[in-house]
Amino acid sequence: MSEQNFRSGLKIVKGFFNPMHLKDIIDIVDGTPLNPDVDMNIKIRGGCGADLMSDVLASIQPKAVLLTGLTNPQVVRTAQIAEIRAIIFVRGKQPQAETLNIATQENMPLITSPFGMFELCGRLHKAGLPSFESHVPTD
Amino acid sequence: MCPPTRTPTEQETHGRHGRRITDHDANDINRVEELSYDLKIREVMSADLRATSPEMPLAKVLDILRTNRISGLPVVEEGNLIGVLSIEDIVRAMMKNDLSAPAEDYMTREVVTVASYDTIVKAMRTFTEKALGRLPVVDENNKIVGMITKGDITRGILVALQKDYKEEEVRRYRASHLFEDIISERTTLVLRYTIKAGDFTQGGKASSYIKRALLRLGADPQITRRCSIAVYEAEMNLIIHTTNGGILKLEVEPHRITMSATDDGPGIPDMEKVFQPGYSTATEQVREMGFGAGMGLVNMKRCVDTIELDSTVGKGTKLVMRILIPNQTFGGRREGQNDEPSTNH
Repeated sequence: MSEQNFRSGLKIVKGFFNPMHLKDIIDIVDGTPLNPDVDMNIKIRGGCGADLMSDVLASIQPKAVLLTGLTNPQVVRTAQIAEIRAIIFVRGKQPQAETLNIATQENMPLITSPFGMFELCGRLHKAGLPSFESHVPTD
Repeated sequence: MCPPTRTPTEQETHGRHGRRITDHDANDINRVEELSYDLKIREVMSADLRATSPEMPLAKVLDILRTNRISGLPVVEEGNLIGVLSIEDIVRAMMKNDLSAPAEDYMTREVVTVASYDTIVKAMRTFTEKALGRLPVVDENNKIVGMITKGDITRGILVALQKDYKEEEVRRYRASHLFEDIISERTTLVLRYTIKAGDFTQGGKASSYIKRALLRLGADPQITRRCSIAVYEAEMNLIIHTTNGGILKLEVEPHRITMSATDDGPGIPDMEKVFQPGYSTATEQVREMGFGAGMGLVNMKRCVDTIELDSTVGKGTKLVMRILIPNQTFGGRREGQNDEPSTNH
């Protein structure tokens, strides 16, 4: 790697590593963390909004935040399998006790936000969080 | 030290906001660049500090520079950095034949420093911006604690990479050598989970275990991800659609992973429709949970290399999926290529 490349590489990293941390995301969505001891410095690289768990599994890239209206324990399991880093419940929803248990056990931060799905996606996207939903392949 | 031409800074080339970062760029970020943001200056600097006092005569300073083969020294008074003396300063003194003068007469007083708690990227940027080769490092209280050169940075990155590499080795060694250490014609590790029908609370637990196991076995993250998604969908199908639940089984071999889900009913009546995106027989209750969108099998198919579905109404269903492992993911040699009789065409 030439020094020149290295330098411009570093500049790229600067933007990349100036990423959103969970605490930035919580600020933007006016959210309330639900599980104790959430690591506010988790790096979030993108976002995805879905109420269908199979959509999440079908479309998402790792290291995203998931916005969803579902609050059952399966959301946490799905998130775990899809390598999602945090879950935001829309419209102020509170998860079932079991959901919170599993999330705490599996170290998955849960956040509730008073806003609706559209508003939340809009806020995060506007703040620079890219979509991590991949397009449907056209056959 | 000063190069005759300077490469334009990123700011001059791309404007005040710098270059836009695309996903493509982000993907290209390598470990060295990441490390540049992780490593702190204090971790790579030389703390073995050679310094001079302001009163030391230049001739003596020159001696220190020569014997240590360095090109500059910080001037320190009671732990505080008050200046820097470089070869160039000494040359100025020599021209005036003034080598007996104290260091403070010729030192540079406006010193560029970096903080020990900054990342090495900060030091690299300062090297480039100020066209300097070595920088004094100060702590929170502005006391000098070391010096940093480009060589220190290179060494620091190499040491960190070496550590990464070792950790990676150890991590892989833990379980991945299972396949190398055990000699057989065909070694297979079988993971088996009983899945209860309608047990949504536990749904996905087996898949979580499988995912963890694969990572421990040293599987490639991409393959682990594909496998996890496929078994998770299969596990949820057993929970949602079966009468008495079923068995989820994972067979890991060095060259492939075979996943199977078996149940004893009720069986699938419309076999030709199940791979159609959106086809679903799920109940309203299941749909409310975010499942049953008719994407399960479609998702599985996307994640695996082969998929076979066999079902008889009233008897049961067997789903078998395989992921082929292209190279030595599990540390073992890829014997799978040869252990099956080759079919000659």
